[in-house]
Amino acid sequence: MTSPHLLWLLAGVGTILVAASVIGEILRARLSPAGENPVIENLNARINAWWVMVICLALAFIAGKPGVVLLFALCSFAALREFLTLTTHNRADHWSLLACFFLILPLQYWFLATDWYGMYSIFIPVYAFLLLPVTSALRGSTKDFLVRVSETQWALMICVYCASHVPALLYLQIPGFDGRNVILIAYLIFVVQLSDVLQYVWGKLIGRTRVAPNLSPSKTWEGLVGGTLSATAIGTALYWMTPFTPLQAAGMCLLITLMGFLGGLVMSAIKRDRGIKDWGHLIAGHGGFLDRLDSVIFAAPIFFHITRWVWSTT
Amino acid sequence: MIPVVKAFAARVTGMAISTFARFMTAPRAVWQGIEPAPRLRVYFANHSSNGDFVLLWTALPTPLRRQTRPVAALDYWLSSPLRAFIGREVFNAVLIDRRPEARTEDPVAQMVAALDQGSSLILFPEGQRNSSDAPLLPFKSGLYHLAKARPSVDLVPVWIANLNRVMPKGEVIPVPLICTLTFGAPLHVEPDETKEAFLARASEALLALKGPA
Repeated sequence: MTSPHLLWLLAGVGTILVAASVIGEILRARLSPAGENPVIENLNARINAWWVMVICLALAFIAGKPGVVLLFALCSFAALREFLTLTTHNRADHWSLLACFFLILPLQYWFLATDWYGMYSIFIPVYAFLLLPVTSALRGSTKDFLVRVSETQWALMICVYCASHVPALLYLQIPGFDGRNVILIAYLIFVVQLSDVLQYVWGKLIGRTRVAPNLSPSKTWEGLVGGTLSATAIGTALYWMTPFTPLQAAGMCLLITLMGFLGGLVMSAIKRDRGIKDWGHLIAGHGGFLDRLDSVIFAAPIFFHITRWVWSTT
Repeated sequence: MIPVVKAFAARVTGMAISTFARFMTAPRAVWQGIEPAPRLRVYFANHSSNGDFVLLWTALPTPLRRQTRPVAALDYWLSSPLRAFIGREVFNAVLIDRRPEARTEDPVAQMVAALDQGSSLILFPEGQRNSSDAPLLPFKSGLYHLAKARPSVDLVPVWIANLNRVMPKGEVIPVPLICTLTFGAPLHVEPDETKEAFLARASEALLALKGPA
């Protein structure tokens, strides 16, 4: 599973993180020696959490297909737990919720691990969609029924279905790219997350005009344009490790960074409606799993399907 | 069982229960009105599920957890050998008898004795699980008598949110949802405060941690 290209990418990310850690420590020493500046403290917490996330991802890559599938199944579990904590449900939904966590989630990843494309691409939108409301209806509570059922389905689509399209990239068969599919995952995550980071940096440096003041105070046009374009430029420069030509790589990067931005916007709308700032607390500095994964979740199915249609033989 | 084996089994079981609770509810402790410190305290919380004290116990930092004992109902925890092992050996619970006619020991005296041995306590002043629509049931008087007997001990209100949704009464399998435990500012009984006034104040202090949601 380890290819020289993957090692190059990981080495590059490692270098960026070392540089970020050094800058973070210099900023702390200059501006926040006693931890009094919350922005600097948050920046350093974020960088430290990045180290942990990159190391987990690298270990999963080394462990191969089972490792990557398991890692994303666990991420889905944590994300689903964050999402369903905030949705409307009552006692009558107990078995539906249990089914989400202990039946639908494992089955989706099982279908994926057995490379059953025809099943994992429709399992949640069709089978779970039809069966979950039945489970809730049989318990007889009608209050907010449609709201409860829709929110649960939405949680599954986002946290399980869409997220599972990241490891699904391992199962594409691209001529001349055998054994290197893990690069697609590393590339997708790297470009989308880099875009998030660069949007944050550009936004902090020159951000003035808010894209959607009602949704998020930190998303600005300057950050959006600067972040997506610079991430696209870096992603395009890495075209040689992908199956794409430079022009194709640029198109793909632009698409996934935009999807990532829109994903962040949609998830912000949900958070804003529920009156919370972060989805969870398990990733220090970032919030919850969904706070970190929202952009990748929105980009993954689109990246998967376009790659499959155009480049894959399956 | 040989005591060493028993102690080891209790420790492993405690860790397993705690790990399971973390996996299911990713509990978040919000120390809003007080810092976690190894002082003698009585944590009093709302009671909606049998998992309440496990979660509170899990949410405490390890050094505090070791010296904190839950106060639990003897009639429930001695009703089977497994429960007795978990109640006595794993959680080292102060087992009190809720039935005045049957008991041989005074519950308040038992709790005071545990405090005097240096243990902090976890107490559910509602006295039973709350499955009503009201956020809190009226408090039993034990908290007041405890506060009178040891006035220097911090009484810390702890609101446990969401656990009733993780495991509604009557369900067997818990759903993984995130639970939040909010620790409030400590209370002490005033010298001339009546029982009713103190219990009302304690109840309000706990409810105030519930937040708007």
